[in-house]
Parts: sequence; C-alpha cells; structure tokens
Amino acid sequence: MMRLSGKDLRCVRGGREVFAGLGFAAPSGEALAITGPNGSGKTSLLRVIAGLLVPSEGSITLDGGEAELTVAEQAHYLGHRDALKPGLSVLENLSFWRDFLGGEADDVGQCLTSVSLDHATHLPAAYLSAGQRRRLSIARLLVVRRPVWLLDEPTSALDTKGQDVFVGLMRDHLTRGGIVIAATHTPLGIDATEMRMRAAP
Amino acid sequence: MSLIDLANPTRFLALTARVLPWLAGATAILLLIGLYQSAMAPDDYQQGATVKIMFIHVPNAWLSMFVWGIMSVASLGTLVWRHPLADVAAKTAAPIGAAFTFLALVTGSLWGRPMWGTYWEWDARLTSVLILFLMYLGLIALWRAVEDPSRAARAAAVLTLVGAINIPIIKFSVDWWNTLHQPASVIRMGGPTLDNAFLIPLLVMAIAFSLLFITLHLAAMRNEILRRRVRSLQMMQANQKAA
Amino acid sequence: MTALSALIRRDIRIALRVGGGALIGVLFFLTVTVLMPFAVGPDLALLTRLGPAILWLGALLASLLTLDRLFMADHEDGSLDLIVMSRTPLELACAAKALAHWLAAGLPLIVATPVLGLLLNLDGTATLAVALTLLAGTPALTFTGMIGAALAVTLHRGGLLLAVLVLPLSIPVLIFGVAASQAAITGPLSFGTPFSILCALSLVSFVVGPFAAAASLRHGLD
Repeated sequence: MMRLSGKDLRCVRGGREVFAGLGFAAPSGEALAITGPNGSGKTSLLRVIAGLLVPSEGSITLDGGEAELTVAEQAHYLGHRDALKPGLSVLENLSFWRDFLGGEADDVGQCLTSVSLDHATHLPAAYLSAGQRRRLSIARLLVVRRPVWLLDEPTSALDTKGQDVFVGLMRDHLTRGGIVIAATHTPLGIDATEMRMRAAP
Repeated sequence: MSLIDLANPTRFLALTARVLPWLAGATAILLLIGLYQSAMAPDDYQQGATVKIMFIHVPNAWLSMFVWGIMSVASLGTLVWRHPLADVAAKTAAPIGAAFTFLALVTGSLWGRPMWGTYWEWDARLTSVLILFLMYLGLIALWRAVEDPSRAARAAAVLTLVGAINIPIIKFSVDWWNTLHQPASVIRMGGPTLDNAFLIPLLVMAIAFSLLFITLHLAAMRNEILRRRVRSLQMMQANQKAA
Repeated sequence: MTALSALIRRDIRIALRVGGGALIGVLFFLTVTVLMPFAVGPDLALLTRLGPAILWLGALLASLLTLDRLFMADHEDGSLDLIVMSRTPLELACAAKALAHWLAAGLPLIVATPVLGLLLNLDGTATLAVALTLLAGTPALTFTGMIGAALAVTLHRGGLLLAVLVLPLSIPVLIFGVAASQAAITGPLSFGTPFSILCALSLVSFVVGPFAAAASLRHGLD
C-alpha cells in the first residue's frame, strides 16, 4: 500500500509566490485531479512533485515505495512537451525511453498497439499529428512501469477515441495499485478526488 | 511534347525511363573513345605524360561551373515559375556538382604536384575551385538541414542565386589576392592555340563528361521524385486511422 | 549501463540524421582553415609555420559552435525533464551526452585534419602531431564547453553567450595543444611535456565538466 503525500508546500517562482501551505495526499489506487484557473500553480505543483522544481518549504514523501529511490525516480511525468525526436522513428523514440528509464519494462510493440500507433512503428515521429505525438508519449507511461503518474493536461490534443483509450489505461494503472495525479481543466473521466487551487493573489 | 508535359513528374518518370539507357550507353561509348584518344595523345615537351591529367581535369572544372549554372536556372524556376520539378533538379544537381568539383580539385592537385613539389599550392585557379567546392558543401548542408523539401527549396534557391552572382566576384578577388603574392600558376589552358592532338580528345572528353552529368542528374531526379512519393505515402500511412 | 549506451546511441543517431549538425562542424572547420591563407597570404613557408595554430583555432571554434544545441534541443522538447527525473545520475547522463557529441562532431574534425594539413603544406609528421594533439585535446573542449551549454539552457540564451562563456576556459587547452604540435615539428621542447599536460587537462575536464553541468541543470530548470 503506497501513499504519496505532500505537506506545507510553498513554491516561489521569479520572486512571486505561486502557492503556500499546500498539502495533499493520494493513496495507491486513487486519482487526484488538480483543478483551478490559469496561473494557479497546477503545473508548478506537478513539477515540484517530479523534483524538477525545488519547493522553498515543505516536503513530499512516498510511503511504501522503494526506500532507496526518490519520488521522481518512481514517477512518470507527462508534461506539455512530448519529449520526442522528430528525426527518429516511432519505435526508436519509444525504445530509447524504455532503455533509458530502465526498471520493469514492457514490450514496445504491445504498448504501441494499445495507443493504436502500431501502423506507424517505423515512420519518423516528424510525420505524426499532434494527437498521435501525444499517444506516443502516453505509450512511454506503459512501456516502463512506474507507480506514480504525474500528468499535465493529459487529454489535450486527443480526440474522443483517444481520450477513451487513455481513460482505460488510467483505470488499469489504478487497479494495479498505481497513483495518478493530473492537472486538468476538463473532467478526467475516472473517479478522482478533486483538489482546487486558488489563483495566486 | 512540350515543356509543360515534362513538368508533370509522372510524365517525367515515364520519359526518362525510356531515355536513360540510351544516354548511359552514349556516355559510356564517348568516355571510352575519349579515354583512348587521351591515352594516345603525345606527351607535352615540357610536362611529359602528366599533361594527360588535363583530359580529366578540364572537363571536371568545366562541369563544376556548368552545374552551378544549371542549379541557378532551376532556382529561378523554383522562385519565379514555381515549377514542380525545379527544386528536384536543383537539389539533385548539388551533390553531383560537388563530386565533379572535388575531382577537379584532386586532379588539379595531382597535376601540380610535379611542378610545385607539394600537393597543394594556393594557386588562383585551384583556390577558386576550392571555394566553389565549399559553396557546394554549404548548399548540400542546407538541403540536409531541413526535413521538409519544399521549405528547404526556397532557401536553397536564394543561396544558389546569390552564389551565382558572387562566384565571379570571388574569382576576381582571388586572382587579385594571388597576384599580390607572385602567381605560381602552372595550369594554363592553351585556349584555341592548343594543338589539335590535344584539342580533339579534350573536346570529346568534355562532351562525354557533360553527358555523364546529364545521365547522373536525370537518374538522381528520378530517385528524388520517388523518394518524395515514398515520403508522402508514409505521411498518409501515419494519418490513417488504425482499423 | 544500458541507459547510458541508449542515450549515446540516440544522440549519435540524431546527429547523423537529416537536420543533425554533425557534419556542419567539419564544414565549418574546413571553411575557417581555408579562410586563413586569404588573411595571411599564400606563402607556403609561412603557412607551414602557422599550420598547427590555424588547425587548432579552427577545431576549437568548430567544436564550440556545435555545442550550442547539446542541451538546448532536449530542453525544448521536454526530454531534459525526463533525463533529470530518471534513475541515471545526471552527472553520468551529462557525460554520456558529451561523449556522444564528441563522437559525432569531434572525431570527424580529427579525421579531416590530414586533408587540411595538405592545404597548409604540413608534412606527415606535423599532420600526425596535430591530429594526435587534437585527439587528446578536443575531448577537453567538449567537456568544458558542456558547462557553457548547460548554463545557456538555464539562462535561455544560446549562441554567442556560450562562446563568450567558454572560450576563456579553453585557453589552456589551446596553449598546450599548439605547444605540443609545434614541439613535434620544430622543437626545442620535447613533445611529451606539453602533450602530457594536455592529456591531464582532458582528464580533469572529464570530472569537472559533468558535475558542473549537472549542477547548473539541476538548479536552473523551471
């Protein structure tokens, strides 16, 4: 049983306080939806959890995770940017992240099938549309198992069918005991505890 | 059959498929004749047998400039008439032109070697060819830097035309720079005063190499057209919904 | 280990594909070297004397100018975030990226050296000496230049700023690289002394470069 929690988090960016005194908790098998207006610090919070931003106060802990790894090392981060190289093929892009991220890995071909990109395996990523690029980044979440998924507007650029597929993938992840934390404007499509952030003063 | 018909890539492919074997055959025959005549040409009283390098060097040097001319015309086609084959022609001519220029450099340096005692001398003529080679490489780098050929085409066309204007200026500057430092030019072309024994093989070789260029260029254009078709088919494949 | 080799293989592949900059560095090296005689004149004796210096300057500028994109490209598409988060220590990932960059952009410079040596009228020994010193010295240029590339990412400025930051750091490498090549050609110093110092500089940069780059990346991302 894992539990990801943060307490008394304070984040300052460019001299401006984005949020302060923030706490949250997400036990395994549950999703946390972070909502709020633009500029309220949803992305900043995700990046703080991912270890990409250092909070000026507070701490984040993952109880029940692997003790010698940091939270970031047990998490997937799906940001606004796709982390894809246009010159490499779909397969090369995904294989690279599987080899580089390491840990428990799945079959690349199968992951491409589950995001319905198996017809484009050997095509350069440059040929993909925005939605397809998004699917390819989602395949990264599947190819290497990580208990925590940090998702920033995950369903943007996805069509209805793609959103349905993604909802299914998130459900599977949760039933396996994973944790999902997503910053979103639109309903996620799964049962999620909502955490509303206020716009910074 | 007019020029408009040729503008259609499909017609172009069909036509060149018929023409290419004949062109290749003619090139091979002329090259053989030219090489035989060059081998039979008498030695120069001053340079000995090394003068025969001229039969390879001069056609290559001529083509190095001729190809840039072709590319300039093609670039005008891209910029002014937006001819669908123009940028294919310009793109595929660049590597071939670079190869001829490189051969001109190598043969020139081999030709100069017995005179200079070194493989390279900053001789005005050779130096200009070296700069031309660098410009070819730059152009190829530009084509390679952009993945979408139609976007690269306009940039390359502008660069080619600027180059065409600049080449005479560069040539003039290099000549001027070189005369400042006592010219050491060995490679002289006799021009019309050249003896017939040299002139005829030289002309045959020049025609043979020009034909070689046309053959290679048409074949390369076919490849490029097919490559672009593969690319658009792949893009269609990427966009098709999985069943 | 698989993570690092995957990173190296990916970076080399990108550098060699369409849009990659590996061969542009060599072209730049070639152009700078060809430009020099126009400034100093075509006197072969003079060019022979200046040859090692010209080649070293050309290689220095070529290897620094291609460094600009080392981290910038990964930053722009978000890959850098994932590299920072991964289980691979960031220092090692930085070292792997620098190694890949050297293999794709630095090694071709050394391969091109004999051709350029010909243009500058260097004989076999001199060319070999320059190539050898470049082989020992260009890794140091890449690994110190990497610090500047990392700073450029965190400051959101590239290009000239990188050159201004890094060029002063590369002065020692330039001094001992040219000194070793000159020693091999004319003496009076022995080749070994400056060459050993050059190797030592490279070894130091292997340690300092990745740590400094990783530190600046870690604190500069936002």
